[in-house]
Amino acid sequence: MKYKDYEKTIEPKRPLLKNCIKAFLVGGFICVIGQAISTFYMYFFSFTEQTVGNPTVATLIFITMLLTGFGYYDRIAQFAGAGTAVPVTGFGNAVISAAIEHRTEGFVQGVGGNMFKLAGSVILFGVFSAFIVALIKTIFSYIGGAS
Amino acid sequence: MVFLWAFIVGGLICVIGQLLLDVAKLTPGHTLSMLVVAGAILDGFGLYEPLIDFAGAGATVPITSFGNSLVHGALAEAEKHGIIGVVTGMFEVTSSGISAAIIFGMIGAIFFKAKG
Repeated sequence: MKYKDYEKTIEPKRPLLKNCIKAFLVGGFICVIGQAISTFYMYFFSFTEQTVGNPTVATLIFITMLLTGFGYYDRIAQFAGAGTAVPVTGFGNAVISAAIEHRTEGFVQGVGGNMFKLAGSVILFGVFSAFIVALIKTIFSYIGGAS
Repeated sequence: MVFLWAFIVGGLICVIGQLLLDVAKLTPGHTLSMLVVAGAILDGFGLYEPLIDFAGAGATVPITSFGNSLVHGALAEAEKHGIIGVVTGMFEVTSSGISAAIIFGMIGAIFFKAKG
């Protein structure tokens, strides 16, 4: 308890407002790029507003791979904080950087075993919470349909 | 116009993430997990779909949409095949995010070397 109090006194103050503005601008900018990609796919291919999310996400992760591989992503992430972590690019970066980093340990043990080291929790909690939500909704629709 | 709303909505979701990091002092892993769960719950109440109609990529690009599309796939399959569909349909809609991450992760590991 005492140590934690002490820790609080020496921890540098985080510039909250500045961080939020940076996150807002960079995160918003990534979403605008996503919107441009979506518009492109809707205009030239037969995607609708509801289905265009999939190719958009894949394209953004491809761009993330290039930025991560050439070492630019870390620099942007340092600046933007949650602005690059929250968009799907952050998920892609977590997977791709783990894959590249553990390449030296071999493809099976290194890349295969560590790829989802950071991103695994997102998939786990996403899938499990979606399971619970969908289960509840399905059961309710049965009850609603029966009565 | 949808570009402006994509910017504002996407930016605001990132600010929520930044607040969870800085004010609630959560780790990035906890923050992202919470946002995914939030997306799933919002879709459970039918609130995420209107947001996508309104903000486009501002709602589909942040990680919250991952939870949303998982629920969507599960529900669509459940409508066809009953309660088993909740498990089997889970990745129906959202497959691209994970498969793209795996494929480009592997390609990245083949072609790039770790820096530093």
